[in-house]
This record gives sequence, structure tokens and C-alpha cells, in this order.
Amino acid sequence: MEPTIDRSPDVADEIKTTTCYMCACRCGIRVFLKNGDVRYIEGNRDHPVNKGVLCGKGSAGIMQHYAPSRLTAPLKRVGERGSGDYEEISWEEALSLATEWLGEVRSTDPRKLALFTGRDQSQALTGWWASQFGTPNFAAHGGFCSVNMAAGGLYTFGGSFWEFGEPDWEKTEYFLLFGVAEDHASNPIKMGLGKLKERGVKVAAVNPVRSGYGAIADEWIGIKPGTDGLFVAALIHELFEARTVDLDYLVRYTNAPWLVIQAPGTADDGLFARDDEGNPLVHDSTSGALKSGLLPDVAPALNGEFELADGKKAVPVFQLMAERYASGVYSPERVAAQTGVPAEDIRRIARELAEAAFEKEIVLDVEWTDWAGRTHDKMIGRPVSMHAMRGISAHSNGFNTCRLIHLLQILLGSIDCPGGFRYKPPYPKAIPPHLKPAGKLGEVAPDTPLPGAPLGFVEGPEDLLVDEAGEPLRIDKAYSWDAPVAAHGLMHMVLNNAAKKDPYGIDVLLMYMANMSWNSSMNVPGVIKYLTDKEEDGSYTIPKIIYSDAYFSEMVPYADLILPDTTYLERWDCISLLDRPISEPDGPADSIRQPVVTPDRDVRPFQDVMIDLGSRLKLPGFTNEDGSAKYPGGYPDYIVNHERTPGVGPLAGWRGEDGESFGKGAPNPDQLERYIENGCFHKHHLEDHQLYFKHANKGYLEWAQSVGFIGSADPVVFQLYSEPLQKFRLAAQGHGAQLPPKHHRRRIEMFFDPLPFWYAPFEGASLDESDFPMHAITQRPMHMYHSWGSQNAWLRQITAQNKLFMNRERAEQMDLADNDWVWIYSHIGRVKAQIALMEGVNPHTVWTWNAIGKRKGTWGLDNDAPEATKGFLLNHLISELLPERDGGYRYSNSDPITGQAAWYDLRVKIEKAEGDAAEESLPRFEPLHRPNQKPRPDELEFGAQFRETPL
Amino acid sequence: MHPAYSVIFFTTASGAGYGVLSLTAIGIISGLVKRDMTFGLVAFGIALGLITAGLLSSTAHLGRPERAWRAFSQWRSSWLSREGVMAVATYVPAGLLAILWIFTGAPGSAATSFEVVLALLAVIGSIITLYCTGMIYASLRTIRHWNLSIVPINYVVFGLMTGAVLFGFLLHLFGESIEGFFWITALLLAGGLAMKTLYWMHVDAAKPISTAENATGLGHIGKVRPFEAAHSTKNFVMREMGYEIARKHVMRLRNLTYLLAFGLPLLGTLATIVGGTVMSLFGSFFALATIAVGIFIERWLFFAEAEHVVNVYYGAEAA
Amino acid sequence: MTTLPETTQKKLGLVIDLDTCVGCQACVTSCKEWNTGGYSAPLTDQDPYGADPHGTWLNRVHAYEVGDGAKSQAVHFPRSCLHCEEPDCVTVCPTGASYKREEDGIVLVNPDTCIGCKLCSWACPYGAREYDYKVGVMRKCTLCVDRIYNDNLPEEDRVPACVRACPTGARHFGDVADPQSDVSKLVADREGYDLMADFGYKPQNKYLPPRPKRNGSGVQAIETSDEPTTKAHQTPGSALEKLFSWADQKLSR
Ligand SMILES: Nc1nc2c(c(=O)[nH]1)N[C@H]1C(S)=C(S)[C@@H](COP(=O)(O)OP(=O)(O)OC[C@H]3O[C@@H](n4cnc5c(=O)[nH]c(N)nc54)[C@H](O)[C@@H]3O)O[C@H]1N2
Ligand SMILES: Nc1nc2c(c(=O)[nH]1)N[C@H]1C(S)=C(S)[C@@H](COP(=O)(O)OP(=O)(O)OC[C@H]3O[C@@H](n4cnc5c(=O)[nH]c(N)nc54)[C@H](O)[C@@H]3O)O[C@H]1N2
Ligand code: SF4
Ligand code: SF4
Ligand code: SF4
Ligand code: SF4
Ligand code: SF4
Ligand SMILES: [Mo]
Repeated sequence: MEPTIDRSPDVADEIKTTTCYMCACRCGIRVFLKNGDVRYIEGNRDHPVNKGVLCGKGSAGIMQHYAPSRLTAPLKRVGERGSGDYEEISWEEALSLATEWLGEVRSTDPRKLALFTGRDQSQALTGWWASQFGTPNFAAHGGFCSVNMAAGGLYTFGGSFWEFGEPDWEKTEYFLLFGVAEDHASNPIKMGLGKLKERGVKVAAVNPVRSGYGAIADEWIGIKPGTDGLFVAALIHELFEARTVDLDYLVRYTNAPWLVIQAPGTADDGLFARDDEGNPLVHDSTSGALKSGLLPDVAPALNGEFELADGKKAVPVFQLMAERYASGVYSPERVAAQTGVPAEDIRRIARELAEAAFEKEIVLDVEWTDWAGRTHDKMIGRPVSMHAMRGISAHSNGFNTCRLIHLLQILLGSIDCPGGFRYKPPYPKAIPPHLKPAGKLGEVAPDTPLPGAPLGFVEGPEDLLVDEAGEPLRIDKAYSWDAPVAAHGLMHMVLNNAAKKDPYGIDVLLMYMANMSWNSSMNVPGVIKYLTDKEEDGSYTIPKIIYSDAYFSEMVPYADLILPDTTYLERWDCISLLDRPISEPDGPADSIRQPVVTPDRDVRPFQDVMIDLGSRLKLPGFTNEDGSAKYPGGYPDYIVNHERTPGVGPLAGWRGEDGESFGKGAPNPDQLERYIENGCFHKHHLEDHQLYFKHANKGYLEWAQSVGFIGSADPVVFQLYSEPLQKFRLAAQGHGAQLPPKHHRRRIEMFFDPLPFWYAPFEGASLDESDFPMHAITQRPMHMYHSWGSQNAWLRQITAQNKLFMNRERAEQMDLADNDWVWIYSHIGRVKAQIALMEGVNPHTVWTWNAIGKRKGTWGLDNDAPEATKGFLLNHLISELLPERDGGYRYSNSDPITGQAAWYDLRVKIEKAEGDAAEESLPRFEPLHRPNQKPRPDELEFGAQFRETPL
Repeated sequence: MHPAYSVIFFTTASGAGYGVLSLTAIGIISGLVKRDMTFGLVAFGIALGLITAGLLSSTAHLGRPERAWRAFSQWRSSWLSREGVMAVATYVPAGLLAILWIFTGAPGSAATSFEVVLALLAVIGSIITLYCTGMIYASLRTIRHWNLSIVPINYVVFGLMTGAVLFGFLLHLFGESIEGFFWITALLLAGGLAMKTLYWMHVDAAKPISTAENATGLGHIGKVRPFEAAHSTKNFVMREMGYEIARKHVMRLRNLTYLLAFGLPLLGTLATIVGGTVMSLFGSFFALATIAVGIFIERWLFFAEAEHVVNVYYGAEAA
Repeated sequence: MTTLPETTQKKLGLVIDLDTCVGCQACVTSCKEWNTGGYSAPLTDQDPYGADPHGTWLNRVHAYEVGDGAKSQAVHFPRSCLHCEEPDCVTVCPTGASYKREEDGIVLVNPDTCIGCKLCSWACPYGAREYDYKVGVMRKCTLCVDRIYNDNLPEEDRVPACVRACPTGARHFGDVADPQSDVSKLVADREGYDLMADFGYKPQNKYLPPRPKRNGSGVQAIETSDEPTTKAHQTPGSALEKLFSWADQKLSR
């Protein structure tokens, strides 16, 4: 007799929607609650991001929320930094102490506050807070993350890979994936790949390692790290060779026909020829005259040399492109050896791309009107799509390589067309977006806000943040000649620069959600030194460090004042169109987090704390005339009532008294309720005629302007040739008012090329390759989010140790076997690790899973946890500085244009760890001591509380 | 397979117990064992004691010992259940026989016909129980080292064999002498040795049940190698079924088994043939001492050597 | 009760697409998350924050590399109970705690009668059963029997947690006995197969093999014409001149 079982047990007392934050993908979730405990978390089917699915991390949220590593109360350091000697203090004491420290800085020299934030999504708030405070020294983690992708895209086509666009998963016929293991769009990419698989669309993965997405790709191109630029340029070369370039698209949407002045040695060499109104000129072949390239009905020439009014010669951008890419330099044969991709494969892939774009052309019978008012009865699609991320961006040639990939997409006519790569509103924006970084000389003064936002987009030397001598004004040297286009700042340089007082010392370092003494820093031993460096008088060189974390990470013990945050299930959050929105190509979307459980600890949401501090400091944006707090209700109050510009606030949905307007509208007191009713998100659906060609689609552009996404409805003309870059180059050649200091000139002139090109990554180029023959890179495990995953009792069972993966054949030549222990040497140090052999990795490359290695004593783990005894970080081997260059000056190990950290330039040598028998990774740092760490359970029986019958 | 001591002790101890029980009972039936209270107490005491100790220790490796009684329910399909049922069933004739044999009848008097019936049942019960124990392992298609018809036979033989050695020692201890009993012991030892040799020949010849290629169904593409483990620390399956022992280690232990479980006991037994009382006592004790260790090693190896097919999912090329 | 049902009305199971699985572990953690509070509650974890963390999971995802060097490929391989039609894991059970449901063919362990003898796990060639060291009973995939019929869940959510979560859609759930079911069709189209078919347990779960790669090395390479390249060389002059005159022609058209 079969036992009868309960087929319909109760699943929850209550189900609340909110937004997942086990990673930055920000999926919608439904949290099942049973007598106050979190019983289950599932994906929200209605949500635009994940449409119901949930990834491996999101499904382990429960163990994050209940992790013993959670901080429990504000802490004030009483011992030395790193000692872990703290006393618990009240929030009142914590906040008044912070206010005292910050107030002093603000009334003397606001620059001496450096406010840097990590993986958060409240940069709209923190950035605003910084400018209200008056310090230019603000950035989020983008500088060490993927600013190369953001900038590469925004300076080329007004959108970007990263989070501002995605492939047309439903329609694309060919998908090329560069350097992605997981990416921010964790679930959307997986869902997208699933769709491609269903339709049998070819997926090709360009990656030194074949895992995850690469495993299911039809083709794996095991390229040598740092050489994608060559590979892509060779594809472009082939498109020119085969005449498979969408000329009409180029003429319609790009600056290919614009005339470029050819006058070497003069101040306007390489700039666009312009008419008196400043419009770029083209040569109209019908009239034979030079006309504004912005006029609708010209038939511009794509080649030929034309004389300008002043007698100077000018040629179209297309001609310069052809000269560069069609020439032999980038022929498949030339690049095959360096990239490790056989010439015939490059040819074939170029053919396949062209075939998909032109022979599988998509025609939608959707009428739309272009920017010039011309209506078209069809939308023509070139169904080739691409996506790229840190495999491209985390190299010192990432900006140029990213631009090359965009060139490839544009030559195929595949940007924002059916089947191509689609913008996510509020993108596209002007190229670059009209937002200049604030913080120039004179713009920073005691007790005064900045005139604008600290981060923005420079269009020439005049926009840099440098002093008369051309030296940096920002602590991270962003927007200086070190990294002129540092649109996201250089968070990875802050500790180094502050400790060396180069360009100057700071007084308070306020950090949020960034494990800077560990996995988010280069040269970890160095960073730990910077954090603990002292002056003669025994005071710390970085005098005061305030840090907000939710868990006991490696960074916590190095802060002087710790502001414990809640978990993502315990707070309000706002994923805003002003920040990194969750939009989809078919419409802008934003969302919120609502508290679904109440904290059982003395912790506060960081955003509430910032708003509180803002009013305690009497920052204009946070205080009323009468000096009272502007947002007494904390973050939710701010989310609803804050207006960045009249009618535009953090949330775009349900604005206006009646709650009926989108984008612009008066604050709506019921806004949060409306979001919650709708599953904690809002999505506006574009009309069919607005769905594609947004960069030149009148219907879309005018609407986008009306809701405040863009300043004007002018078309976004793709900048294949980037004039801003040429302006920097001219300055390096001695033209213009703002000139780079001598020692910067060679570098600026060399790398600021208006047409993207490939150059060898710096670390490899500056070392003797025979000393460090291998490339070393990392990958994100799909089930782990940076350092957070290891505190999760479920996730760490899947990966508690990371190994160094090596090519089997290569390893056997070095007679290394599976599970051997090896020394990994870089030019700054060595790390001992255990190896694992595999087939699917480029023979010149070794790799490991990112951020699995942990420091003893952290994350609520025992000291003998495998993460600490066998796991390791490559970060110890990555130098934050390049070897000395001309004049002894050391540049940061970054892209010369954007300042993006070049993590994957790392070169290493592998040697068997003979002699030392201990099967433990090295180096091992002193265990970190946690104040009043609660005893950890040695067994977990989560879920027992939900049983109907007792065990 | 992970060699669990509770299970090793259970199978060896109850094995010997059933051996002693059977031989005592046979002795009673055949009239070779004279009715004698002390000897009866000792023989039955040791037999039933070992059986009981074994069965109890077998429950020690249960997650829920308090539910052990449930194990009697599935005799229709489960050898483990059958074993349980048989073990309990055998207590009845064995217990009754013991009581009657020890506490009734004049010393030296022959067995009553009822006692003979009980004795017969006890012998049959013991042998079937031993067989069931063997079948628990022999019925597992997942483990080629066990899934052999010889396995249950070995369990029976080894039970009687170890029982015989123990029984022989008791005889000498109590100065009881059964004409030529040592020949039976020697025969069982020789037989046991032969069976074990046969067994090892079998398992060494037996070809793997499956390969990584076959188990994943990916063999048509090529050789299958693990890339990323499903978990970086061992899970239950690896702990329970992933036990690995080096071949040379196996060989050493096999020889040790030959020596301790068969060779030396045989030697001791033969000593009892030639030797006088003292020598015989010593010889039989020597046999007992050595076989006790030997059979433990034999049983440990029986588990340690056994490869579970599931290992092909965990990196084994074949199993 | 441990003797197997003659037949079952349905054969519910999972169909797993090895061509689509990226190894993200969503099915693994969502399974753990649902089931640690469900029919099998709790699925305990030992040494969760220590040197040797291990716990009870009902679904695991392995990653394999198949073939050598350039010809190799990587395959992610989810593995849970296959709900076999004739599995010894049921018949060896001495208590009847391990049984196969007559209604849908789901193989279950009754946590209230299991004595934790582990014999069933020995009888499973697929390693699908995991012993719960704390509770002392055997655990296994329940095919989310507490979801698939659950009136407290909306219709569309009455599927296993792992299927509900899987971001790539590599996991499918249905009745493999019904030739008209989506899963049966999928199995037919994609030549779905049984794991260790020769072993004879007749799994209800099926696996869809990886599709052949299209990487040019194989026959499957996308066929394209070199035709444009030849066109390129009809006009006179240097390579660049040719390119430009082609552009002019094209645009003047
Ligand atoms: N070798 C190598 N190094 C790398 C990378 C690489 O690929 N290879 N990647 C780089 C990149 S792109 C990035 S973005 C960085 C990421 O590295 P980090 O910016 O350090 O990000 P995490 O390690 O995810 O977490 C930072 C901190 O956020 C804390 N935290 C988590 N949740 C909360 C919360 O709700 N509130 C608060 N206040 N804190 C919270 C965590 O406890 C942790 O201490 O790593 C960089 N470092
Ligand atoms: N699960 C999970 N998801 C995450 C994160 C996480 O920690 N875990 N982190 C989030 C963050 S902060 C970020 S920035 C994104 C990053 O998302 P990804 O871009 O996927 O970041 P990585 O894991 O660094 O992947 C880099 C990939 O590029 C490859 N690669 C390295 N060098 C080269 C090269 O020269 N050329 C090519 N073609 N490939 C190369 C590596 O092998 C790796 O596969 O992921 C986000 N999403
Ligand atoms: S991808 Fe996963 S972890 Fe990230 S937000 Fe979505 S569900 Fe959460
Ligand atoms: S959730 Fe889907 S894609 Fe992810 S591992 Fe499981 S089956 Fe594979
Ligand atoms: S997979 Fe294993 S546990 Fe599941 S039914 Fe088949 S044999 Fe039994
Ligand atoms: S462990 Fe439980 S389910 Fe498995 S055989 Fe033993 S009693 Fe049956
Ligand atoms: S069906 Fe349910 S129990 Fe089985 S693997 Fe999927 S989630 Fe786990
Ligand atoms: Mo990042």
C-alpha cells in the first residue's frame, strides 16, 4: 500500500515581490514567507529582466540572507587597522562621528573626501551626494570594471554593450560573443542563448577559455588574450575585400562620408571640415558641392580628395577607414600567428557574418519615419548580433578593441536594426553624451556644491580636470592626461594615490560595497600596506576610512568606522533610469526593492545613512531652507520626492499627482505603492514604429526628448572616426590651449587615434615575453558573485576551492599533472596554487575562477576553510602600476584612454612547486579577527521549521 | 565501497555465530556432542551472543535504528529484509533448543526427537540467514565485485569455517573431543581458501559495468574527462561509494588474508591433529586468534575492493 | 511497499538538453531551496562554514570535456534521479520506504519510514540518492511531487522548481509515456537517450545529446559563397581604387 502524500501543502503565508540582488542583473523575484522566515525565492514571470527564471545565485539568496557573516552593529576601530579590535557603538554615535569628520573636510577642502562605491546601483544618489558635498573625488567601480565598453560604445554609437543594449534574441541569425563568461545580464544572456538554440542560430564564442556559454557555442575561437583587436580588424579587412559592407547604412547613419582635414602639422589636421554653422561637411556627388553632412538629401561621396574653402585638402572618413583596414596590415595571414586564429577561419567567419547579414536580411512591414521626416514602409534588418565584455575591456587596448567591434557591427549595418544589436532606452544618447565632468579649477570650494556631476564625458582637452601645470585634480587622476576619457573614474588607483599623496593626500575615504583590500584590488599586498601606511607622527597616511558593508569582508577590518548595511531583502532600493536601468530594447524600465523581512540586527540601509548624513551636514540637496531634513523619511522619501530636474526623479513610472505620467511629472506620493502593486517594477512599452533605428527614428527620438532621456531629437550619427580623440592627439602635437605635460605627449599622440587600431597590451609589451610566457586571466563562476558567494552555505559547497586551469598538452610538455601544485610568477610576485588540466583553453593561457580565494577569518568561515587554505587570488600578481617609463613616471596598469584597469594583461610563468610539500596555497596573510563573531552552526537544517510533521 | 566497521563486525561476528550454532546443532543431531550443561551454556551462549552482537551492531549503521523493526516488512523483494526475518526466525528453534538442551535431560543423554527437529531447523535457519546476508551484496548489479553467485556461497562457507575454528577451540577448551572434528575444520578452511581464490579470480576477470563514455552517452564524441566537479568537496555518494584503494595495497591485504584467514588457522588445526591436549588447545587457540584477524581483513577487503559503477560520473574511466 | 507497480498510469520525468545547458547551477540551488522546505524538509548541510562543507542535494551538475584537443567539446551534465521504471533502488529497500508511485511513476522515499540503511543508494548506478547525515534518512529527487499537483500554486507553476528556474530552458518536464506530450516529441526529434540504457533500469528521464558543432572543421560548417570576392576584381587599378569604384557604383545605383 502506497503512502498517501499531501499533494497540496501550503507554500507560503505571504508572497512579496522585490528585486534580487545576489548580483547586479536585478531580476524580479517573489519571496515566499512562512511564519516570518524566507521559505522560497522564485523569479517573477512578469518581470522584464528575467521573465520568471532565476539563476544559481538568486536561488541561493536564503543562505545569503541568513549568513553568519552579516554585520550586526556599527563598529568603531579601537586597535590598529587590520587588528579587528572594534567596539560596537550606537548609530547616533556613528553618525555624529562621521558628520564631524566629513563636516571638517567640507568646510576646509572638500577634495579631501574621496567617496568611492562598488557594485551598488545607487550611483544616482551617491554621485549627487558627492556633488552636493562638493568633492570631485567620486566614482563607482566602473573604472576597474568595464568603462572601456561603456566609453567605447558611447563614443562610437551612443549606446554600448555592458547594460545599454542587447542582441535581438528573437530575430538574430548569427551571434558572436567576445570575452564573456557571465556578465551583468546573467539571466537575459542565458535566456537569449536558449532562444538561439531553439532556432538553431549559430553562436560563436571568441574566448581563450571554453566554458559555460562557450561550451554550447557552435564554434569556439580560442584566441590569445589581448589580440581580439587584430582578429576583428582582420574580419573588417575581409568585409572590405569581399565588398560585404552596408554602404547605404554607412551613408545614412554614420560619419563615413564626413570630410576629414588633411593638413599635417596644422591645428586642424584630422578634424572634420565644417561649415560656418559648424556642421560637418561632405562632398555631394550630385551637385559636386560641399554640403552639410547633416542635411537629409545629399549623395555624399565616400572617397576622393576634396579642396576646402581655405584651400586645405579633405577626404571622407570612409577613405581613411579603407586605407587602414583594407590594407595588408590586418590581413588574416598577418594576424593569424599573433591571435592564434587560423587565417582560413577568419575568412570563413567573415563570410558567415556577411552571409547572415545580407543573405538572411530581415524585412519587417513596419512603417516608420526617420529623423528627417522621410517615412519608410519597411524596417530592413541585418540579423547579425554581437556582445562583448571584460575579455575585451580588461585589457590596456580595450577601448580601441571595443571600438573595432562596433565598427564591425556598423559596417554590417547591424546596429539597432531587426536582428542586430538593440539599444535599451534611455539609450541612444548624443555621442558622447552631453555631460561634462565637474571639478575644474575654481569649481571646488569649501562649503559649496560642485556646479555639476563629478563624472561625465570629455570632448577635448578643454574638458580635462587638470591644473595649470596639466597635473591631475582628482585623487584617482581621472580626466587627467593619465586617463583623459576616464568616464567612470579609476577606483583601482585611489588607495595607491592617496597613500603616496600623488597628486595629494586625502583626509576621509568613504567607501561602499567594495572589497578593496582583496578581490577588487590589484597588488593586494601593496594595497594592504597603503591602508596601513603611517606618517612620522604615527598617524595613518589615509587618516580616516569610513566603510559600509553588509558582511564581514576582507575590507571591514581596515576601516575606522563601519556602517553595517542590511541585506537586499531588508531594504528599499531604486534601480533608476538615472543610473544603470533595467530597460529592455522594447522599452525603458526601472524598479525598486522593498523590505520583505525586517532586520534582526542593528543595521541600516546605506542610502538612508547617506541621506541622514546629507542633512546632518546641511548639504543643499538634502536640507530645506529652514535647515530641516529634506527627506525625513529616508530613502523611500527621497525615491518618491527627489527631483533631479523639474519633473524628473529616481523613478520614471506613475509620476504626476494622478500617477498617470511617465518620465516627467510631479512627485506622486503613491508611487511606491504603484510599483509594489506592479511587482516592484515599471516598464513602458515602445510602439512598433519606435522599436528599431532609434538613433535616427523621429518617432522614438521625439518621444525620448519628451520624457527627458535626451536633450534634443537630433539623430545620433555614429562616430566611426572620433574627433574628440583627434583633439587630444593634436594637443599632444602641441596645438591648442590645453597641452599635455611633456612626458605624456608620446603616449597621447600614439594612442589617441581617431580610427580604432590594435596595439599590444602594455604589460606583455613591457616585459620579456620569454620570462613570462603565459597569459593569466580569470572567469566569473556563474554561481558565485565576486567575493560574496563564499559566505553562502549552499554556493560554497559547489566551489570552495579554485584551481589554476591549464592546457593539458602544454602542461604535459612542462611535465605537470592534474592537481600538481605550482608557483605562478608575475613581475611583482608569486602565488602557489593547484592546477587542473583541460582541453578547452588557449595553450598560452592559464585561468582560474575569480574571487574564490579568501583571507582567513573573513566571511564567517572557519580558518581552515578551503577558500583560505587552497583557494587563491591572481590579484596578488597584478600590478596596479606599469613598470617605469620615460622620466621614471609610472602609469597605472590601465587603458591609456579610459583608465580601465587592465586585469587581463597579466603575464606569468608557471613552475612546479617542488620541495614544499604542504598542499596549501600561498601567500597566506595573517588571519583577520572578527569582533564578537557569533558561533557558527556546524550543521544546518534550514527548512526543518517548515515541516508540518515533526522530524 | 566505504568499509563500515559496524557492517564488517556484523557480518563476521554473526557469521561465526551461525557457524558455531550450526555445528553445535549438527553435533547434537549426530549425537557427537554429549549433553553437558557448561558446554551447552558456552556453545549456545557464544553462538547466540555473536549473532545478537552482530545484529545489534548492524543497526548501529542505520540512520534511524529506532525504526529497525520496519525492515522485516519487505521480505517479498528485499534480501536485507529476508535476512532480518530469517535471523529472527532462527532464534526460535535455536533458543528453544538451547534451553531444552541445557536445562532438561540427564547429562550425557541423547537428544529427544523434538530437539533433533529444533536442531535441524536451527541449522537450516543459520545457513539461509548466511545466504541472505550474502545475497544483500550479490544482488547489487551496480557493483561487479559483489554481483556474483559465488558471493552468498562464500558467506555460508566463511560462516561455517570461522564457526568451526571457534567450535574446535571450545571443544579443546572443555576437553570434549569429537573424533576427527578437526578434519571438518581443515576441510572448511581449505574449501574457504579455494572459494576466496575463485572469488578473486572472478572479480579480477570481471569487466567493468560501465565507462564514463557509456554512462554519459557522450562516447560517440570522444573520450570523456571531468572538467568541473559538481561540488568541490566530497558529497555522500563519493564518501560512501567513492572509496579508493591502491592495487598494490589490495595485493598485500589479499596475501595477508590468505595467511591469517586460511593458512595459519589451517596450521593451528593440523597442530591439533598431531599434538597432545596442551598442544591441541594451543593450536586451536592459535587458529582462532589468527582467523579472527584474518576474516576481518577479508571482509574489509570485500568492501574496500568493491567498485561502484557510479564512480564513472566522478572521474573514474570505468567501474 | 517495495515491489514495483506492474505499470504506471503516467511516466513523468525530466528531459534535459545537453546542447543548451550552460552549467549555471540554477537547477541545483533552486532544487535545494524548494526541497529543503518541502516534502523532504530539511536537506541538511554538514560543516557548512568549515573545512569540509557538504550537504544533501537532489540535483547536481557536472561538467565534462569530451574528445581531445581541438576536436574536443565541453558538456554540462545535470544529474538527478531518473525515476527508472525498473530500479533496484526500490526493490532492495527492506522497509518499503523506497517506492515507485503507481500514478505517475515517480520514485519516492518516505522520510517517515526510512531507516537509513543506505542500501538503495548502493543499488542506484546514477548516484541519485543522497543520505541525509543529520536526519538519518535517504533523500532523492521527488520530481517536486509537492509542486506539480499543488493547488496552492498557479497552474503554470506546477512544474519542478529546477524546470521553473532554468534560465536557458534546458530542462523540460512531462509525461514521456504519452507520445503526444511535448517532451515525447522533443525526445523523438532530438534523439533523446537513456543514461546507461544497457543497465536495464529504464529511466523515465531522458537526455538530449549536444548538437553537432558548426565550426568549419566539420561538415556542418555554414555554406557560403566566395562570389563577392571574385566580383571585386573585375575593375582595374589598385586594390583600394577597385574598392572605391565598387563603392561609387553601388551608391550611384
Ligand atoms: N583578478 C580579478 N580581479 C577582479 C576582477 C576580475 O575579473 N579578476 N573583476 C573586477 C571587477 S569587474 C569588479 S566589478 C570587482 C568586484 O569586486 P568588489 O567591488 O569588491 O565586489 P564584491 O567582491 O562583489 O563585493 C564588494 C563588497 O560588497 C559587499 N556587499 C555585498 N552586498 C552588500 C550590501 O547589500 N550592502 C553593502 N553595503 N555591501 C555589500 C560585500 O560584502 C563585499 O565586501 O572585482 C574586480 N577584481
Ligand atoms: N555570476 C556572476 N555574474 C557576474 C559577476 C560575478 O562575479 N559572478 N560579476 C559582474 C561584474 S562586476 C562584471 S564586470 C561582469 C563581467 O562579466 P564577464 O565579462 O563575463 O566577466 P568575466 O568573467 O571576467 O569574463 C571575461 C571573459 O573573457 C575571457 N577573456 C579574458 N581575456 C580575453 C581576451 O583577451 N579576449 C577574449 N575574447 N576573451 C577574453 C575570459 O576567459 C572570460 O571568459 O559580470 C557580472 N556578473
Ligand atoms: S542574475 Fe541571478 S543573482 Fe543576478 S539578479 Fe538575477 S537572479 Fe539575482
Ligand atoms: S539551470 Fe538549466 S542551464 Fe543551468 S545548469 Fe541547470 S539545466 Fe543547465
Ligand atoms: S535513478 Fe537511481 S534512485 Fe532514481 S530511480 Fe533510478 S535507480 Fe532509483
Ligand atoms: S535507506 Fe531508507 S529508503 Fe533506502 S533502502 Fe534503506 S530504508 Fe529503504
Ligand atoms: S524535480 Fe524537483 S527535486 Fe527533482 S531535481 Fe528538479 S527540483 Fe530537484
Ligand atoms: Mo565589474
